[in-house]
Parts: sequence; structure tokens; C-alpha cells
Amino acid sequence: MSTIVIDPVTRIEGHLRIEAETDKSGVVTSALSSGTMMRGIEIILKNRDPREAWAFTQRICGVCTVVHGMTSVRAVEDALGYTIPTNARHIRNLLMGSQLVQDQVTHFYQLTSMDWINVVSASQANPTTTAELQKCHSKWPNNTSAYFESVRQKLANFIASGQLGLFSNGYWDNPGYKLPPEMNLMLFAHWLEALEWQRKVLRMQAIFGGRNPHPNFTIGGVACSFHMAPNAAGILVPAPGSTGVDQAGLDLVQSCITDMRNFVVQVLRPDVLALASYYKDWFTRGEGVGNFLTYGEYPQDDNADLAKNLFVPRGAILDRNLSNIQSVDLRKTDEVQELIPSSWLGYTKGKSIGLHPFQGETTPDYTGPKAPYDKLDASKPYSWMKTPHWKGHHMEVGPLARVLVMYGKRTASVRDHVDSALKDLGLSFDAMYSTMGRILAQSIDTHVVADQLQVWFNQLTANVAGGDFKTHNAAKFNPSTWPASCKGVGFTEAPRGALGHWVTIDAAKISNYQCIVPTTWNAAPRDTGGKGGPYEMALLKHTLAVSSQPLELLRTIHSFNPCMACAVHIMDPRQDETLKVTVCA
Amino acid sequence: MKAFTQALGAAQRPSVIWMSFQHCTGCSESLMRSGSPLSDRLTVENLILNFISLDYHETLQVAAGAAAEDARMAAMKANFGKYILIVDGSVPTAENEWWLAVNGHSGLSLLHEAVAGAGLVLALGACATFGGIPAAFPNPSKAMGVSDLMDKGMIDKKPLINISGCPPIPEVITGTIAYYLVNQAMPPLDALGRPLVFFGKTVHDCCPRLDHFNAGEFATSFDDDGARKGHCLLMLGCKGPDTFNACTTTKWNQGTSSPTQAGHGCIGCSEPNFWDKPGGVYGFSSGFKTGDGTCAAPVLPSLPLI
Repeated sequence: MSTIVIDPVTRIEGHLRIEAETDKSGVVTSALSSGTMMRGIEIILKNRDPREAWAFTQRICGVCTVVHGMTSVRAVEDALGYTIPTNARHIRNLLMGSQLVQDQVTHFYQLTSMDWINVVSASQANPTTTAELQKCHSKWPNNTSAYFESVRQKLANFIASGQLGLFSNGYWDNPGYKLPPEMNLMLFAHWLEALEWQRKVLRMQAIFGGRNPHPNFTIGGVACSFHMAPNAAGILVPAPGSTGVDQAGLDLVQSCITDMRNFVVQVLRPDVLALASYYKDWFTRGEGVGNFLTYGEYPQDDNADLAKNLFVPRGAILDRNLSNIQSVDLRKTDEVQELIPSSWLGYTKGKSIGLHPFQGETTPDYTGPKAPYDKLDASKPYSWMKTPHWKGHHMEVGPLARVLVMYGKRTASVRDHVDSALKDLGLSFDAMYSTMGRILAQSIDTHVVADQLQVWFNQLTANVAGGDFKTHNAAKFNPSTWPASCKGVGFTEAPRGALGHWVTIDAAKISNYQCIVPTTWNAAPRDTGGKGGPYEMALLKHTLAVSSQPLELLRTIHSFNPCMACAVHIMDPRQDETLKVTVCA
Repeated sequence: MKAFTQALGAAQRPSVIWMSFQHCTGCSESLMRSGSPLSDRLTVENLILNFISLDYHETLQVAAGAAAEDARMAAMKANFGKYILIVDGSVPTAENEWWLAVNGHSGLSLLHEAVAGAGLVLALGACATFGGIPAAFPNPSKAMGVSDLMDKGMIDKKPLINISGCPPIPEVITGTIAYYLVNQAMPPLDALGRPLVFFGKTVHDCCPRLDHFNAGEFATSFDDDGARKGHCLLMLGCKGPDTFNACTTTKWNQGTSSPTQAGHGCIGCSEPNFWDKPGGVYGFSSGFKTGDGTCAAPVLPSLPLI
């Protein structure tokens, strides 16, 4: 029996430590997931203006740079009963959707793919054969032998330099790498292209939000206005200007949406399917807890209750039961709760209870090692993360949860994508509950949102063409219009899954602010009964081909797309209760 | 430049060690946004394949765990006294030192060790330069930026460039690295250690709304008639007049737009302690500072074509 430690887990956001115990035959028998960084953003939020909470919470994570800002303005708007104009809804959907598509493509190529593709092998590929690989599946213009030869040459020169930089000390001799050289070359070429693609398509966020990372938000709508002027017929239309959203800006947004979708359809989807076909054994391991949760996203109408009509629906699945998608209420105190038996945190009533975020309290209580250490003790607190539960269960959140909820709710596009992918691969539906199933689900989730971007953009331009230019509702921006006391919850589907912010406002100041973020659900440490969270359960039964190279564990951890950026919990000294913000999307 | 190009052909690419502490990864994301069409040389892929050897970067490197730490230690040893250390994120200190640990070591001890062998330290972003959001009142983790740690003797004093901003502008990151590679020297810095070429003007100096400010035309609410006409955002809390940065000259996302151009006031993210300005994000900015008086976009340092 031995312990495998991975710290730092790289190619993720933030600071994560994994420890796995293996038995005599090298099979993982238990695993431990520890978040090792904490900042304290919530005490910093205390007593500040709720209107600026978006800017603070946005800095929880620069990778999911849209989602905390969005969730924060929604939480404050929910508390105030503050509605936003139709155009603002469309623009927010475009910001959220484009973030998701960019982030998930970047996650697949920059953060995940090197677990499966071997760059040393890629440098030895035949470029002509490489160009044949996707001929039947993709119209991508770069898939030519001349292009692949230029990439291969670049890579070969880089390796010959002897300085491997980002690629140094990879497990390039590990027998777990199964792709032929040509597949490796194609995917490495797309690794490079994805870098170029993401910075190009994200320019649309600068049109609506001024910049990315960390675009503008505001409560009551969006901060950008349309720059309008009368046309020849005297009708106001988006016109050239040095500020605001003008026609050139809208044209750029359209081109970004087109480029986003083309890359997803012609590169990401065929690449994931091709990769999966070489690693079918990874459709049989890596399931987490078998329970899945979504909060939902992309409001489809202007209903004051955002959850009423969502493109990605809200729901909970227990024990893989897709025929019973259960409803979820973020305000009910017995549904979402946070526990702390394994966390470096305390509750006034002890470590054995769970608290709904509106009642949440968190007191930092670091009892971990204070000298260099080799191993953490799973029988004591071992993480800055809390352990969230829904109705007493660990839940997995993220693209797989979304795809399963949409599949269960019979969303036609998702059913078609899933059924045809599984048919191509010759797999049954149970294959989805796995490491590779998670990667496949992420590509399908990306595809359906990439398709929808065009729909939202068309709705936006049609609404503007119809004479509605409004992007902000000023009615409740002034705190003098607010009630003395109120509280609200904001939600979204971040790329990594369900994200919620719970805010309490007293006398126009934040008195309590709490977040439960996707990675808190997935990276959760053991609960009161000692049951591990999704990462910890997913790693069980893995075996390593080479005992000093935890490649197999990284594959499964990366399939969840971890984002650790904080597990930040803080006491509110005035009320002697705790404010907390957990982590990043 | 010619000598550099020739040297590059023969010599090793300079080793760069990028270490992240209390960070949000926004600085690395910003790095990834640098490049064409604004500058086809200042892309992350051109830098890492042709000009630097990025020997440690937790978000992008392939190796993990022990293999990643071994790569870092080997690069630090082989390039001792010479490597460029890029730091993002602040560092928790004192009794809260263990609020950040990597591979069983505290963040502070890791930074101390890495700075000792660095030829140049590049502090990237609001947190590494001036403490940033973790150090905002009341600074629960006792977080500090690199220059404060150097001043207090908690890490060695080394040549330091501060590239502030939350996050910094993509081409300000890559342009500063390129300047150092091409000139083998630090660029001229302002009193806060920031490259003057990028931090010599205020956001207000070069704002596309400046003419309206001069005419006394102000937006008083988001999307009001003034906002739609591009009027000045000062009444909505804009901190442009006392914020030095290139947002309104270099702009963001390869020159596409900037926060004030797109309708929200500047939040002042390149200045020390901007999270704690009296009045907050939407309060009135009272400090007016003057930059160098010109509004040409900074000329980006050019890397040779490979």
C-alpha cells in the first residue's frame, strides 16, 4: 500500500492537492481532495455597496470571468425585485454563452488534451496521413498536409532545441498514451489554433463589456448603450461612434459568433469523437457519485422569476435516474446546505451540522500542518473547501450534469447529439457516467450553446431594429429606493457547473454574502458520514500503468475541469456570524 | 536587435518561471489574449515556442505534482541568478502564512526561494504588485505584494518591474517581456515601478469621452441620453482621472474597446488600494492627475520575426 500525491495539480485553475491510497496491486482504494488556498473576499465585501459586489466577486476567478459578475448582479437584483430590459437579457446571454464556449474549448485543448496526446510522438507524424484523418468529418480549411507539416516542423525544431518548456517532464514514455502519431499531430495543431481562436472570438466581450478578462457589469441591465443615429428615412439605427455599441461593433460580434461556432462544429466535436474512439476503456471508469445538479441558465423571456423559462433547465438527478428530474429550490433551507466536518473552518454550533447559505457561517480555523508536509490526514480536517449537499447528497455539477438534465427533460438537440455520438462509438448510454463521458458531454454542451448564440444575437438585433434600444433600467439603481432590509439569490450555470450567490442587504450595505461554486460541489471533502465528494469517489478503482506517473488520476480530475480559485470564508465581527464566499466556478 | 536575433539562434531561450500565489488566474488569461491583429508577434505561442522557455506555469504546463516541481527546481538551478520570475497573486503572511500551500510548502517560503535566484522579478497584476483584492480592507489573510515583501526584508531585493491592473492589459504583459528580451534591460519605470511607456498617461487623458468632459457633458445614469451620446462617465464613478494605464490607448482585446468606451466607469484597477477608494466603485473621483499629455498608442516592443 502506498500514497500517491499530486500537488500541484496543474492545468487547472488554482491550488488543488490530490492524495490517493493504493493497495498492493496498485488499485486506488481511497482518495483525498484538498483546496490549499484561501483569500477572504467575503469579509472584504462586508459593509460595501451591493452594487459593486460584482466587481469583487468577479475576482474570485479570472478564468470564469463572466460568471461571478453575472451571478452577483442577479443576486442583488433578486433581493431588490429589480428587472432588466430585454436587450440586457440578450446581451447577458451572449456574454455568458460566449464565455462558456471559449472556456470549454480552452479547457479541452489547453488544460485536458495533454493527458491524452503525446507531443513527442506528434513530431514524428506523417502530415499527409494526418490531413486524411478528418476529411470525412470536417470542412476545417487548415486540415491540409502542408499545414500539418509546418506545425510538425515547428514542433520538431522546438523539441530539438532541448528546452521543452511547458512540455518538460511530461509522461511521454507512459504506455497510457494510445494515439497514433498522426492523431497526436492533428490535436497538437489544434492546441495551437485554439490559442489563436480564443483571443479572436472573445473580442465580442469587449464590445459589450469593454474587456475580457473581467468585463463590465452593472445591476439593472448592462453598462453599454447603443450608439444610435437617424438613417436616411429618419429611423434611429445603430450608427458609427467612438463609444457604445455601434453597427461596426455588432458586425464584429456576428463574426465572432460565426467563428466560435465553426471551430466548435468543425474542430472540437470531431476531435473529441476521434480521441474518444481510441480511449473507449475510459468510458468505463471515473464516475463520481451518480447524482447530478443544475441551477439552469439563459432566461428565454422577461419573467421576473428568472428560473421560469431557461434554455438550460434546472434540476437534480439522484442515482442516475433520468426519468425523475427533481425540482430544486435555492431558497429552501433543507435543500442546499454546507457541511464542514473536513474543512479548516468552524460553526458556532459545532462541526456536525449543515447550514443553508442564508444562515451560513464560517470561521477560519486552520488546524493543518504549519511546517512542510508530505501527507494530509483524512481523519482530520484537510481542506479549505466546505462540503455542499443537496437534500443530504453529494452532487456532481458541470457539463455532464447539464447534458443529463437536458437529456432527461427531452431537449431534442441534446438527445440527438448524445445518441449519435454513442452510436458512432458503439457504446450504451451508461458510458456517459465516466471520465470520457464527461469530456464528450462537455463538447455537446459547448455545441448546443454555440448554436444558441446566433439565436440570441438575432433576437437582440431584431429587438433593436424594432425600436427598443434600452439596455439599462435606472429605477432602482439609487439605494434611496431600496427597502431597509432584503435578501436574494443569484444563480448561473458556469462552465464548471451550478453557481449560486446569496446576499443579505441591510441599510443599503452588504451584511452577508455567500457563494457556493461548482468546484465546491465537485472537489468537496468527506461529509459527516465520511463519504467522499465527486473527485474523491471518481478516483476509486483507478490503476496506474507506471507507479510514479499519476497520468490516469489526472485524466479523471481534469475531466471535471477544476477551478479552485478560492475557498474563502470569513467571520462577520459585528454580528458575530459568518460571511463566506466559497470558491470559483 | 540584430545581435539579439543572432544570439537567439545560437543560445538558449531565457528561462521563465511563473509562480501563482493568491490569484484568480485572470493574469494568465490576459496573457492568452495578447496578439494579433494588434501585434502578430506578441502572442503567447510565439513567446513560448520561440523566445522564452516557460519552465513553470501551473495553469499551462503538462507536468503535474512531483514532475512539475522537479522541472521548476531544475530550471532554477540551471539558470540561477538569471531566470525571469513572473509572480501573480499576493502572498499571505504572519500567522496566516499557511492560507496558501503548494506541495506541502507555504507560499511565502516558495516565493522566498524563487526570488533568491531570479535575475529579474516581474510582478503581474493588482495582487502581486500592490496586494490587490486579498489585501483590501481588512486584509483577512495579511496578504502582501512583492514590493512590500522586498521592502520588509521578507524576500530578497531583486530588480523588480510592476505591471499593475486587474488584470493587466495583455500587450502590456507581453510588451514588457519583449522589451526586456530585446534590450536586455529594464524599461524606464514610474515611481511605482511600472513601465512608463504603458503607465505614463491616465485613462482620462485619452478617453474617447474626453471631448464631452471638456464640454461639460456628463451621463448621470447608465443608458441615459448622455450615455448613449458618449458623454463623460465621471458622475457614474469613473476613476479615469487618477488611474495611469493604457486602457484608452492600447485598449483591450487586440485594440477592440476599453471599459470606459463600452459604457462603465474605470474602476481604477492599476492603482494601489483601488478597492478601498472612498465612495467605492460608484463614488465620485476627486483626484485629477495629469499624464504626459499625449495620446498616441504606445509603440509595442517588436520581437524579431522567426
